[in-house]
Amino acid sequence: MATVTDAGQAAVDAAQAAHTAAFDAAVAADERIEPRDWMPDAYRATLVRQIAQHAHSEIIGMQPEANWITRAPSLRRKAILMAKVQDEAGHGLYLYSAAETLGTSREELLDKLHAGRQKYSSIFNYPTLTWADVGAIGWLVDGAAITNQVPLCRCSYGPYARAMVRICKEESFHQRQGYELLLTLSRGTEAQHAMAQDAVDRWWWPSLMMFGPPDDESSHSAQSMAWKIKRHSNDELRQRFVDICVPQAEALGLTLPDPDLKWNEERGQHDFGAIDWTEFWDVLKGNGPCNEQRISQRRKAHDEGAWVREAAAAHAAKKTARNEQEATA
Amino acid sequence: MDTGAALALGDDALVLSHRLAEWAGHAPVLEEEVALANIALDLLGQARILLSMAGDEDELAYLREERAFRNLQLVEQPNGDFAHTIARQLLFSTYQRFLYEALAGDPVFGPLAVKAVKEVAYHQDHAEQWTLRLGDGTEESQGRMQRGLDALWRFTGEMFRPVEGLALNWQKLEERWLASVTAVIERATLRVPGGPRTGAWAAGAGREGLHTESFGRMLAEMQHLHRSHPGASW
Repeated sequence: MATVTDAGQAAVDAAQAAHTAAFDAAVAADERIEPRDWMPDAYRATLVRQIAQHAHSEIIGMQPEANWITRAPSLRRKAILMAKVQDEAGHGLYLYSAAETLGTSREELLDKLHAGRQKYSSIFNYPTLTWADVGAIGWLVDGAAITNQVPLCRCSYGPYARAMVRICKEESFHQRQGYELLLTLSRGTEAQHAMAQDAVDRWWWPSLMMFGPPDDESSHSAQSMAWKIKRHSNDELRQRFVDICVPQAEALGLTLPDPDLKWNEERGQHDFGAIDWTEFWDVLKGNGPCNEQRISQRRKAHDEGAWVREAAAAHAAKKTARNEQEATA
Repeated sequence: MDTGAALALGDDALVLSHRLAEWAGHAPVLEEEVALANIALDLLGQARILLSMAGDEDELAYLREERAFRNLQLVEQPNGDFAHTIARQLLFSTYQRFLYEALAGDPVFGPLAVKAVKEVAYHQDHAEQWTLRLGDGTEESQGRMQRGLDALWRFTGEMFRPVEGLALNWQKLEERWLASVTAVIERATLRVPGGPRTGAWAAGAGREGLHTESFGRMLAEMQHLHRSHPGASW
Protein backbone atom coordinates (compact mmCIF):
# COMPACT_ATOMS: atom_id res chain seq x y z
CA MET A 1 0.00 0.00 0.00
CA ALA A 2 1.32 3.48 -0.81
CA THR A 3 2.08 5.67 2.13
CA VAL A 4 0.59 9.10 2.16
CA THR A 5 2.94 11.95 2.87
CA ASP A 6 1.89 14.69 5.24
CA ALA A 7 1.53 17.07 2.30
CA GLY A 8 -0.55 14.53 0.42
CA GLN A 9 -2.81 13.99 3.43
CA ALA A 10 -3.28 17.73 3.80
CA ALA A 11 -4.37 17.94 0.16
CA VAL A 12 -6.86 15.11 0.68
CA ASP A 13 -8.23 16.80 3.79
CA ALA A 14 -8.58 20.10 1.96
CA ALA A 15 -10.44 18.45 -0.92
CA GLN A 16 -12.71 16.69 1.56
CA ALA A 17 -13.42 19.96 3.34
CA ALA A 18 -14.24 21.66 0.04
CA HIS A 19 -16.62 18.83 -0.91
CA THR A 20 -18.32 18.96 2.46
CA ALA A 21 -18.70 22.71 2.27
CA ALA A 22 -20.21 22.50 -1.23
CA PHE A 23 -22.60 19.73 -0.13
CA ASP A 24 -23.66 21.63 3.00
CA ALA A 25 -24.23 24.78 0.96
CA ALA A 26 -26.34 22.92 -1.60
CA VAL A 27 -28.50 21.38 1.14
CA ALA A 28 -28.83 24.74 2.89
CA ALA A 29 -29.92 26.38 -0.37
CA ASP A 30 -32.56 23.66 -0.89
CA GLU A 31 -30.80 22.44 -4.00
CA ARG A 32 -31.14 18.81 -5.00
CA ILE A 33 -28.27 16.39 -4.54
CA GLU A 34 -27.95 14.20 -7.65
CA PRO A 35 -26.37 10.74 -8.05
CA ARG A 36 -23.08 12.03 -9.52
CA ASP A 37 -22.64 14.72 -6.86
CA TRP A 38 -20.26 14.18 -4.00
CA MET A 39 -22.07 13.29 -0.78
CA PRO A 40 -20.96 12.25 2.70
CA ASP A 41 -20.83 8.48 3.18
CA ALA A 42 -23.25 8.69 6.10
CA TYR A 43 -25.77 10.64 3.96
CA ARG A 44 -25.58 7.92 1.30
CA ALA A 45 -25.95 5.18 3.89
CA THR A 46 -28.93 6.89 5.50
CA LEU A 47 -30.67 7.26 2.16
CA VAL A 48 -30.00 3.66 1.16
CA ARG A 49 -31.41 2.49 4.49
CA GLN A 50 -34.51 4.67 4.20
CA ILE A 51 -35.22 4.03 0.51
CA ALA A 52 -34.66 0.28 0.96
CA GLN A 53 -37.03 0.19 3.91
CA HIS A 54 -39.59 2.08 1.86
CA ALA A 55 -39.17 -0.23 -1.16
CA HIS A 56 -39.43 -3.31 1.06
CA SER A 57 -42.59 -1.88 2.63
CA GLU A 58 -44.17 -1.59 -0.80
CA ILE A 59 -43.54 -5.20 -1.75
CA ILE A 60 -44.33 -6.68 1.67
CA GLY A 61 -47.39 -4.42 1.78
CA MET A 62 -48.76 -6.24 -1.25
CA GLN A 63 -49.36 -9.33 0.89
CA PRO A 64 -52.06 -8.21 3.33
CA GLU A 65 -54.07 -6.69 0.49
CA ALA A 66 -53.50 -9.46 -2.02
CA ASN A 67 -55.00 -11.63 0.72
CA TRP A 68 -58.40 -10.24 -0.33
CA ILE A 69 -58.14 -10.03 -4.12
CA THR A 70 -59.55 -13.49 -4.69
CA ARG A 71 -62.46 -12.79 -2.32
CA ALA A 72 -63.32 -9.22 -3.34
CA PRO A 73 -67.11 -9.00 -3.17
CA SER A 74 -67.78 -7.22 -6.47
CA LEU A 75 -65.97 -7.09 -9.79
CA ARG A 76 -65.53 -3.34 -9.50
CA ARG A 77 -63.85 -3.68 -6.10
CA LYS A 78 -61.76 -6.53 -7.38
CA ALA A 79 -60.45 -4.41 -10.25
CA ILE A 80 -59.66 -1.52 -7.88
CA LEU A 81 -57.81 -3.78 -5.47
CA MET A 82 -55.84 -5.54 -8.20
CA ALA A 83 -54.79 -2.18 -9.62
CA LYS A 84 -53.74 -1.03 -6.17
CA VAL A 85 -51.59 -4.05 -5.47
CA GLN A 86 -50.06 -3.65 -8.92
CA ASP A 87 -49.25 0.00 -8.13
CA GLU A 88 -47.41 -1.16 -5.03
CA ALA A 89 -45.22 -3.46 -7.10
CA GLY A 90 -44.59 -0.47 -9.38
CA HIS A 91 -43.63 1.71 -6.41
CA GLY A 92 -41.23 -1.01 -5.33
CA LEU A 93 -39.65 -0.82 -8.78
CA TYR A 94 -39.15 2.97 -8.71
CA LEU A 95 -37.76 2.86 -5.20
CA TYR A 96 -35.30 0.04 -5.86
CA SER A 97 -34.20 2.06 -8.90
CA ALA A 98 -33.73 5.15 -6.73
CA ALA A 99 -31.55 3.04 -4.41
CA GLU A 100 -29.56 1.83 -7.41
CA THR A 101 -28.58 5.43 -8.16
CA LEU A 102 -26.74 5.30 -4.84
CA GLY A 103 -24.78 2.25 -5.93
CA THR A 104 -26.81 -0.50 -4.26
CA SER A 105 -28.46 -3.18 -6.38
CA ARG A 106 -31.99 -4.50 -5.95
CA GLU A 107 -30.58 -8.00 -5.51
CA GLU A 108 -28.41 -6.88 -2.61
CA LEU A 109 -31.31 -5.12 -0.91
CA LEU A 110 -33.64 -8.08 -1.35
CA ASP A 111 -31.01 -10.36 0.16
CA LYS A 112 -30.84 -8.08 3.18
CA LEU A 113 -34.62 -8.06 3.51
CA HIS A 114 -34.77 -11.84 3.30
CA ALA A 115 -31.99 -12.19 5.85
CA GLY A 116 -33.85 -9.87 8.25
CA ARG A 117 -31.07 -7.27 8.07
CA GLN A 118 -33.28 -4.53 6.66
CA LYS A 119 -36.75 -3.64 7.82
CA TYR A 120 -40.09 -2.79 6.29
CA SER A 121 -42.95 -0.86 7.85
CA SER A 122 -44.23 -2.74 10.89
CA ILE A 123 -47.82 -1.98 9.95
CA PHE A 124 -47.74 -4.88 7.49
CA ASN A 125 -47.15 -7.29 10.33
CA TYR A 126 -50.83 -6.98 11.22
CA PRO A 127 -53.31 -9.33 9.54
CA THR A 128 -56.19 -8.40 7.22
CA LEU A 129 -59.05 -10.31 8.78
CA THR A 130 -62.10 -8.98 6.95
CA TRP A 131 -62.91 -7.20 3.71
CA ALA A 132 -63.25 -3.92 5.63
CA ASP A 133 -59.53 -4.13 6.43
CA VAL A 134 -58.89 -3.34 2.77
CA GLY A 135 -60.76 -0.07 3.30
CA ALA A 136 -59.09 0.67 6.61
CA ILE A 137 -55.65 0.14 5.08
CA GLY A 138 -56.52 2.53 2.27
CA TRP A 139 -57.92 5.20 4.53
CA LEU A 140 -55.61 4.98 7.55
CA VAL A 141 -52.42 3.23 6.46
CA ASP A 142 -52.16 4.95 3.10
CA GLY A 143 -53.31 8.16 4.76
CA ALA A 144 -50.49 7.93 7.31
CA ALA A 145 -48.05 7.03 4.55
CA ILE A 146 -49.06 10.10 2.54
CA THR A 147 -48.67 12.35 5.58
CA ASN A 148 -45.16 10.94 5.95
CA GLN A 149 -44.33 10.98 2.27
CA VAL A 150 -45.60 14.29 0.96
CA PRO A 151 -42.70 16.12 2.65
CA LEU A 152 -40.34 13.58 1.03
CA CYS A 153 -41.22 15.06 -2.37
CA ARG A 154 -38.95 17.91 -1.19
CA CYS A 155 -36.24 15.58 0.08
CA SER A 156 -32.70 16.78 -0.68
CA TYR A 157 -31.86 13.68 -2.76
CA GLY A 158 -33.22 14.21 -6.29
CA PRO A 159 -34.09 10.67 -7.45
CA TYR A 160 -35.89 9.87 -4.20
CA ALA A 161 -37.81 13.15 -4.24
CA ARG A 162 -38.91 12.59 -7.84
CA ALA A 163 -40.00 8.99 -7.17
CA MET A 164 -42.04 10.27 -4.25
CA VAL A 165 -43.96 12.76 -6.39
CA ARG A 166 -45.36 9.96 -8.50
CA ILE A 167 -45.89 7.62 -5.55
CA CYS A 168 -47.79 10.25 -3.57
CA LYS A 169 -50.19 10.87 -6.46
CA GLU A 170 -51.04 7.18 -6.63
CA GLU A 171 -51.21 6.82 -2.85
CA SER A 172 -53.71 9.62 -2.57
CA PHE A 173 -55.87 7.82 -5.12
CA HIS A 174 -55.63 4.65 -3.01
CA GLN A 175 -56.57 6.56 0.09
CA ARG A 176 -59.72 7.96 -1.50
CA GLN A 177 -60.67 4.48 -2.69
CA GLY A 178 -60.21 3.08 0.82
CA TYR A 179 -62.30 5.85 2.30
CA GLU A 180 -65.05 5.27 -0.25
CA LEU A 181 -64.99 1.52 0.46
CA LEU A 182 -65.45 2.18 4.20
CA LEU A 183 -68.17 4.73 3.54
CA THR A 184 -70.11 2.17 1.49
CA LEU A 185 -69.79 -0.38 4.30
CA SER A 186 -70.63 2.12 6.99
CA ARG A 187 -73.84 3.07 5.17
CA GLY A 188 -74.61 -0.52 4.22
CA THR A 189 -76.21 -3.29 6.24
CA GLU A 190 -75.73 -3.59 9.98
CA ALA A 191 -73.21 -6.37 9.47
CA GLN A 192 -71.24 -4.27 6.98
CA HIS A 193 -71.21 -1.27 9.32
CA ALA A 194 -69.95 -3.46 12.17
CA MET A 195 -67.27 -4.87 9.90
CA ALA A 196 -66.07 -1.33 9.06
CA GLN A 197 -66.02 -0.27 12.71
CA ASP A 198 -64.11 -3.38 13.75
CA ALA A 199 -61.48 -2.74 11.09
CA VAL A 200 -61.01 0.88 12.17
CA ASP A 201 -60.76 -0.25 15.80
CA ARG A 202 -57.94 -2.62 14.89
CA TRP A 203 -56.01 -0.36 12.49
CA TRP A 204 -56.17 3.00 14.26
CA TRP A 205 -53.40 2.56 16.82
CA PRO A 206 -50.98 0.71 14.54
CA SER A 207 -51.48 3.53 12.02
CA LEU A 208 -50.44 6.13 14.61
CA MET A 209 -47.33 4.05 15.27
CA MET A 210 -46.38 4.34 11.59
CA PHE A 211 -44.90 7.78 12.30
CA GLY A 212 -42.21 6.13 14.38
CA PRO A 213 -41.19 6.56 17.99
CA PRO A 214 -41.70 9.84 19.84
CA ASP A 215 -39.20 12.53 18.87
CA ASP A 216 -37.08 12.12 22.00
CA GLU A 217 -36.58 8.39 21.25
CA SER A 218 -36.05 8.56 17.50
CA SER A 219 -32.45 7.63 16.76
CA HIS A 220 -32.03 8.91 13.20
CA SER A 221 -34.26 11.96 13.24
CA ALA A 222 -31.93 14.85 14.06
CA GLN A 223 -29.33 14.08 11.41
CA SER A 224 -31.98 13.37 8.76
CA MET A 225 -33.64 16.70 9.48
CA ALA A 226 -30.30 18.50 9.16
CA TRP A 227 -29.74 16.83 5.78
CA LYS A 228 -33.27 17.70 4.69
CA ILE A 229 -34.04 14.07 4.01
CA LYS A 230 -36.70 14.51 6.63
CA ARG A 231 -38.62 17.77 7.00
CA HIS A 232 -40.89 17.31 10.00
CA SER A 233 -40.57 15.40 13.24
CA ASN A 234 -42.42 12.14 13.93
CA ASP A 235 -44.67 13.75 16.52
CA GLU A 236 -45.53 16.72 14.28
CA LEU A 237 -46.60 14.40 11.48
CA ARG A 238 -48.56 12.16 13.84
CA GLN A 239 -50.45 15.17 15.16
CA ARG A 240 -51.21 16.36 11.65
CA PHE A 241 -52.58 12.90 10.78
CA VAL A 242 -54.84 12.75 13.84
CA ASP A 243 -56.22 16.20 13.05
CA ILE A 244 -57.01 15.12 9.48
CA CYS A 245 -58.64 11.84 10.50
CA VAL A 246 -61.04 13.05 13.19
CA PRO A 247 -63.46 14.89 10.87
CA GLN A 248 -63.13 12.13 8.26
CA ALA A 249 -64.17 9.50 10.82
CA GLU A 250 -67.20 11.61 11.67
CA ALA A 251 -68.15 11.84 8.01
CA LEU A 252 -67.76 8.08 7.75
CA GLY A 253 -70.11 7.56 10.70
CA LEU A 254 -67.39 5.57 12.49
CA THR A 255 -65.66 6.17 15.79
CA LEU A 256 -61.95 6.18 16.53
CA PRO A 257 -61.07 3.85 19.43
CA ASP A 258 -59.58 6.46 21.74
CA PRO A 259 -61.61 7.76 24.71
CA ASP A 260 -59.05 10.55 25.25
CA LEU A 261 -59.40 11.94 21.77
CA LYS A 262 -60.77 15.50 21.95
CA TRP A 263 -60.28 18.94 20.49
CA ASN A 264 -57.94 21.16 22.45
CA GLU A 265 -59.06 24.73 21.87
CA GLU A 266 -55.89 26.19 23.28
CA ARG A 267 -53.53 24.20 21.06
CA GLY A 268 -55.86 24.26 18.08
CA GLN A 269 -55.19 20.53 17.73
CA HIS A 270 -56.62 17.28 19.02
CA ASP A 271 -55.35 15.67 22.18
CA PHE A 272 -55.12 11.94 21.93
CA GLY A 273 -54.42 9.00 24.23
CA ALA A 274 -51.10 7.37 25.01
CA ILE A 275 -49.71 5.03 22.38
CA ASP A 276 -48.69 1.56 23.53
CA TRP A 277 -45.02 1.75 22.60
CA THR A 278 -44.39 -1.66 24.11
CA GLU A 279 -46.45 -3.12 21.29
CA PHE A 280 -44.57 -1.01 18.73
CA TRP A 281 -41.12 -2.20 19.86
CA ASP A 282 -42.35 -5.74 20.17
CA VAL A 283 -43.68 -5.87 16.62
CA LEU A 284 -40.52 -4.15 15.37
CA LYS A 285 -38.41 -6.83 17.05
CA GLY A 286 -40.24 -9.50 15.09
CA ASN A 287 -43.01 -10.51 17.48
CA GLY A 288 -45.99 -9.10 15.61
CA PRO A 289 -48.84 -11.33 14.46
CA CYS A 290 -47.51 -11.73 10.90
CA ASN A 291 -43.76 -10.98 10.90
CA GLU A 292 -42.83 -14.59 10.33
CA GLN A 293 -45.55 -15.17 7.74
CA ARG A 294 -44.72 -12.06 5.67
CA ILE A 295 -41.03 -12.71 5.44
CA SER A 296 -41.39 -16.41 4.75
CA GLN A 297 -43.85 -15.77 1.93
CA ARG A 298 -41.40 -13.25 0.47
CA ARG A 299 -38.50 -15.69 0.73
CA LYS A 300 -40.59 -18.49 -0.71
CA ALA A 301 -41.60 -16.41 -3.75
CA HIS A 302 -37.98 -15.41 -4.24
CA ASP A 303 -36.58 -18.92 -3.83
CA GLU A 304 -39.22 -20.51 -6.00
CA GLY A 305 -38.54 -17.89 -8.66
CA ALA A 306 -34.78 -18.51 -8.70
CA TRP A 307 -34.97 -20.93 -11.63
CA VAL A 308 -37.00 -18.37 -13.63
CA ARG A 309 -34.42 -15.64 -13.08
CA GLU A 310 -31.61 -18.07 -13.93
CA ALA A 311 -33.40 -19.08 -17.13
CA ALA A 312 -33.88 -15.45 -18.16
CA ALA A 313 -30.18 -14.75 -17.58
CA ALA A 314 -29.13 -17.90 -19.44
CA HIS A 315 -31.38 -17.05 -22.38
CA ALA A 316 -30.07 -13.48 -22.53
CA ALA A 317 -26.49 -14.79 -22.52
CA LYS A 318 -27.24 -17.24 -25.33
CA LYS A 319 -28.86 -14.48 -27.36
CA THR A 320 -25.88 -12.18 -26.91
CA ALA A 321 -23.52 -14.97 -27.92
CA ARG A 322 -25.59 -15.70 -31.04
CA ASN A 323 -25.68 -12.02 -31.98
CA GLU A 324 -21.91 -11.75 -31.58
CA GLN A 325 -21.40 -14.85 -33.67
CA GLU A 326 -23.58 -13.41 -36.40
CA ALA A 327 -21.76 -10.10 -36.25
CA THR A 328 -18.34 -11.75 -36.67
CA ALA A 329 -19.49 -14.25 -39.29
CA MET B 1 -79.74 -11.34 -27.85
CA ASP B 2 -78.66 -14.89 -27.09
CA THR B 3 -76.41 -14.48 -24.05
CA GLY B 4 -74.53 -17.77 -24.48
CA ALA B 5 -71.65 -16.31 -26.48
CA ALA B 6 -71.21 -13.33 -24.13
CA LEU B 7 -71.11 -15.74 -21.21
CA ALA B 8 -68.61 -18.04 -22.90
CA LEU B 9 -66.17 -15.23 -23.70
CA GLY B 10 -66.87 -13.36 -20.46
CA ASP B 11 -66.34 -16.42 -18.28
CA ASP B 12 -63.04 -17.21 -20.03
CA ALA B 13 -61.80 -13.72 -19.18
CA LEU B 14 -63.23 -13.70 -15.65
CA VAL B 15 -61.79 -17.07 -14.65
CA LEU B 16 -58.33 -16.58 -16.14
CA SER B 17 -58.16 -13.12 -14.56
CA HIS B 18 -58.88 -14.72 -11.20
CA ARG B 19 -56.21 -17.37 -11.64
CA LEU B 20 -53.61 -14.76 -12.66
CA ALA B 21 -54.54 -12.60 -9.68
CA GLU B 22 -53.61 -15.52 -7.43
CA TRP B 23 -49.99 -14.75 -8.36
CA ALA B 24 -50.07 -11.39 -6.54
CA GLY B 25 -47.23 -11.41 -4.03
CA HIS B 26 -45.84 -14.71 -5.35
CA ALA B 27 -44.26 -13.81 -8.70
CA PRO B 28 -40.62 -14.76 -9.41
CA VAL B 29 -39.53 -11.16 -10.05
CA LEU B 30 -41.05 -7.75 -9.38
CA GLU B 31 -41.52 -6.96 -13.09
CA GLU B 32 -43.74 -10.05 -13.33
CA GLU B 33 -45.87 -8.89 -10.40
CA VAL B 34 -46.66 -5.88 -12.56
CA ALA B 35 -47.07 -7.81 -15.82
CA LEU B 36 -49.29 -10.61 -14.49
CA ALA B 37 -51.47 -8.11 -12.64
CA ASN B 38 -51.74 -6.06 -15.80
CA ILE B 39 -52.93 -9.03 -17.84
CA ALA B 40 -55.36 -9.99 -15.07
CA LEU B 41 -56.75 -6.45 -15.05
CA ASP B 42 -57.19 -6.36 -18.82
CA LEU B 43 -59.06 -9.66 -18.68
CA LEU B 44 -61.23 -8.50 -15.81
CA GLY B 45 -62.12 -5.38 -17.80
CA GLN B 46 -63.15 -7.55 -20.76
CA ALA B 47 -65.11 -9.86 -18.46
CA ARG B 48 -67.07 -6.98 -17.00
CA ILE B 49 -68.12 -5.71 -20.42
CA LEU B 50 -69.04 -9.17 -21.67
CA LEU B 51 -70.94 -10.22 -18.56
CA SER B 52 -72.82 -6.93 -18.58
CA MET B 53 -73.97 -7.78 -22.10
CA ALA B 54 -75.53 -10.93 -20.63
CA GLY B 55 -76.97 -9.48 -17.42
CA ASP B 56 -75.76 -8.07 -14.10
CA GLU B 57 -72.00 -8.62 -13.87
CA ASP B 58 -71.96 -9.33 -10.14
CA GLU B 59 -74.97 -11.61 -10.15
CA LEU B 60 -73.39 -13.59 -12.95
CA ALA B 61 -69.95 -13.76 -11.36
CA TYR B 62 -70.98 -14.37 -7.79
CA LEU B 63 -74.32 -16.13 -7.80
CA ARG B 64 -74.04 -18.77 -10.49
CA GLU B 65 -73.20 -22.34 -9.57
CA GLU B 66 -70.27 -24.13 -11.10
CA ARG B 67 -72.40 -25.93 -13.68
CA ALA B 68 -73.67 -22.62 -15.09
CA PHE B 69 -70.20 -21.31 -15.98
CA ARG B 70 -69.36 -21.50 -19.69
CA ASN B 71 -65.57 -20.98 -19.64
CA LEU B 72 -63.05 -23.32 -21.21
CA GLN B 73 -61.53 -25.87 -18.89
CA LEU B 74 -58.11 -24.53 -19.90
CA VAL B 75 -58.52 -21.18 -18.12
CA GLU B 76 -59.65 -22.70 -14.83
CA GLN B 77 -56.57 -24.92 -14.52
CA PRO B 78 -54.57 -24.07 -11.37
CA ASN B 79 -51.46 -21.93 -11.83
CA GLY B 80 -48.85 -24.59 -11.15
CA ASP B 81 -45.33 -23.18 -11.46
CA PHE B 82 -44.46 -20.11 -13.52
CA ALA B 83 -43.85 -22.22 -16.64
CA HIS B 84 -47.28 -23.83 -16.31
CA THR B 85 -48.88 -20.39 -16.03
CA ILE B 86 -46.95 -19.18 -19.08
CA ALA B 87 -47.96 -22.27 -21.07
CA ARG B 88 -51.63 -21.67 -20.22
CA GLN B 89 -51.24 -18.03 -21.21
CA LEU B 90 -49.55 -18.79 -24.52
CA LEU B 91 -52.23 -21.30 -25.50
CA PHE B 92 -55.09 -19.04 -24.44
CA SER B 93 -53.82 -15.61 -25.52
CA THR B 94 -53.02 -16.90 -29.00
CA TYR B 95 -56.57 -18.24 -29.24
CA GLN B 96 -58.11 -15.08 -27.83
CA ARG B 97 -56.12 -12.88 -30.17
CA PHE B 98 -57.21 -14.69 -33.33
CA LEU B 99 -60.75 -14.98 -32.03
CA TYR B 100 -61.05 -11.25 -31.38
CA GLU B 101 -59.41 -10.46 -34.71
CA ALA B 102 -62.04 -12.58 -36.41
CA LEU B 103 -64.80 -10.86 -34.43
CA ALA B 104 -63.70 -7.33 -35.35
CA GLY B 105 -66.59 -6.91 -37.78
CA ASP B 106 -69.19 -8.65 -35.62
CA PRO B 107 -72.26 -6.46 -34.98
CA VAL B 108 -72.46 -7.50 -31.31
CA PHE B 109 -68.88 -8.20 -30.26
CA GLY B 110 -67.00 -6.04 -32.78
CA PRO B 111 -66.54 -2.92 -30.61
CA LEU B 112 -65.18 -4.95 -27.69
CA ALA B 113 -63.05 -7.15 -29.93
CA VAL B 114 -61.35 -4.21 -31.63
CA LYS B 115 -60.34 -2.71 -28.30
CA ALA B 116 -59.47 -5.96 -26.57
CA VAL B 117 -57.33 -7.34 -29.36
CA LYS B 118 -54.71 -4.66 -28.64
CA GLU B 119 -54.48 -5.80 -25.03
CA VAL B 120 -54.42 -9.45 -26.00
CA ALA B 121 -51.63 -8.92 -28.52
CA TYR B 122 -49.52 -7.74 -25.59
CA HIS B 123 -50.53 -10.78 -23.50
CA GLN B 124 -49.55 -13.07 -26.33
CA ASP B 125 -46.23 -11.32 -26.80
CA HIS B 126 -45.50 -11.55 -23.08
CA ALA B 127 -46.26 -15.29 -23.06
CA GLU B 128 -44.24 -15.83 -26.23
CA GLN B 129 -41.18 -14.02 -24.85
CA TRP B 130 -41.29 -16.08 -21.69
CA THR B 131 -41.82 -19.32 -23.61
CA LEU B 132 -38.64 -18.52 -25.54
CA ARG B 133 -36.69 -17.61 -22.39
CA LEU B 134 -37.78 -20.67 -20.47
CA GLY B 135 -37.60 -23.08 -23.40
CA ASP B 136 -34.18 -21.87 -24.50
CA GLY B 137 -32.91 -21.04 -21.01
CA THR B 138 -31.56 -23.64 -18.61
CA GLU B 139 -32.13 -27.38 -18.58
CA GLU B 140 -34.47 -26.98 -15.64
CA SER B 141 -36.56 -24.23 -17.23
CA GLN B 142 -36.80 -26.17 -20.46
CA GLY B 143 -38.10 -29.23 -18.61
CA ARG B 144 -40.65 -27.19 -16.72
CA MET B 145 -41.86 -25.36 -19.82
CA GLN B 146 -42.24 -28.63 -21.71
CA ARG B 147 -44.16 -30.22 -18.84
CA GLY B 148 -46.47 -27.21 -18.71
CA LEU B 149 -47.29 -27.49 -22.40
CA ASP B 150 -47.68 -31.26 -22.20
CA ALA B 151 -50.06 -31.05 -19.25
CA LEU B 152 -52.31 -28.41 -20.81
CA TRP B 153 -52.33 -29.60 -24.39
CA ARG B 154 -55.36 -31.83 -23.90
CA PHE B 155 -57.47 -28.82 -22.94
CA THR B 156 -56.87 -26.99 -26.23
CA GLY B 157 -59.24 -28.89 -28.53
CA GLU B 158 -62.20 -27.42 -26.74
CA MET B 159 -61.33 -23.91 -27.88
CA PHE B 160 -62.46 -24.63 -31.42
CA ARG B 161 -65.84 -26.14 -30.75
CA PRO B 162 -68.30 -23.69 -32.31
CA VAL B 163 -69.98 -21.33 -29.86
CA GLU B 164 -73.56 -20.49 -30.70
CA GLY B 165 -73.90 -16.80 -31.51
CA LEU B 166 -70.37 -16.43 -32.90
CA ALA B 167 -70.35 -16.58 -36.69
CA LEU B 168 -66.78 -17.74 -37.29
CA ASN B 169 -64.82 -20.12 -39.41
CA TRP B 170 -63.71 -22.30 -36.49
CA GLN B 171 -61.61 -24.57 -38.61
CA LYS B 172 -59.60 -21.66 -39.96
CA LEU B 173 -59.21 -20.29 -36.43
CA GLU B 174 -57.82 -23.61 -35.30
CA GLU B 175 -55.37 -23.78 -38.22
CA ARG B 176 -54.08 -20.28 -37.47
CA TRP B 177 -53.77 -21.08 -33.78
CA LEU B 178 -51.93 -24.34 -34.35
CA ALA B 179 -49.50 -22.76 -36.82
CA SER B 180 -48.73 -19.87 -34.48
CA VAL B 181 -48.34 -21.96 -31.34
CA THR B 182 -46.22 -24.54 -33.18
CA ALA B 183 -43.86 -21.84 -34.46
CA VAL B 184 -43.32 -20.42 -30.97
CA ILE B 185 -42.81 -23.83 -29.39
CA GLU B 186 -40.26 -24.79 -32.02
CA ARG B 187 -38.37 -21.48 -31.74
CA ALA B 188 -38.23 -22.11 -28.01
CA THR B 189 -36.45 -25.43 -28.77
CA LEU B 190 -39.41 -27.34 -27.31
CA ARG B 191 -41.55 -30.16 -28.71
CA VAL B 192 -45.14 -29.70 -29.80
CA PRO B 193 -46.94 -32.10 -27.44
CA GLY B 194 -47.90 -35.35 -29.13
CA GLY B 195 -51.05 -36.21 -27.20
CA PRO B 196 -54.63 -35.70 -28.29
CA ARG B 197 -56.08 -32.21 -27.93
CA THR B 198 -59.20 -33.49 -26.22
CA GLY B 199 -59.16 -35.52 -23.03
CA ALA B 200 -61.26 -38.55 -22.17
CA TRP B 201 -63.67 -36.08 -20.59
CA ALA B 202 -66.25 -34.92 -23.15
CA ALA B 203 -64.68 -32.45 -25.59
CA GLY B 204 -66.13 -28.99 -25.26
CA ALA B 205 -67.10 -29.78 -21.70
CA GLY B 206 -66.40 -26.35 -20.18
CA ARG B 207 -68.63 -24.59 -22.64
CA GLU B 208 -71.38 -26.99 -21.61
CA GLY B 209 -70.86 -26.34 -17.90
CA LEU B 210 -68.77 -29.39 -17.08
CA HIS B 211 -65.62 -28.35 -15.26
CA THR B 212 -62.61 -29.82 -13.51
CA GLU B 213 -62.49 -30.39 -9.75
CA SER B 214 -60.34 -27.42 -8.76
CA PHE B 215 -62.85 -25.00 -10.32
CA GLY B 216 -65.41 -25.50 -7.56
CA ARG B 217 -62.86 -24.51 -4.95
CA MET B 218 -61.88 -21.47 -6.94
CA LEU B 219 -65.52 -20.36 -7.08
CA ALA B 220 -66.02 -21.08 -3.38
CA GLU B 221 -63.24 -18.64 -2.58
CA MET B 222 -64.35 -16.07 -5.13
CA GLN B 223 -68.03 -16.11 -4.17
CA HIS B 224 -68.09 -16.68 -0.43
CA LEU B 225 -68.04 -13.08 0.81
CA HIS B 226 -70.57 -11.85 -1.71
CA ARG B 227 -72.88 -14.75 -0.91
CA SER B 228 -72.48 -14.28 2.85
CA HIS B 229 -74.29 -10.94 2.67
CA PRO B 230 -77.32 -11.45 0.42
CA GLY B 231 -78.55 -8.22 -1.12
CA ALA B 232 -75.75 -6.07 0.27
CA SER B 233 -73.98 -3.55 -1.96
CA TRP B 234 -70.23 -3.16 -1.92
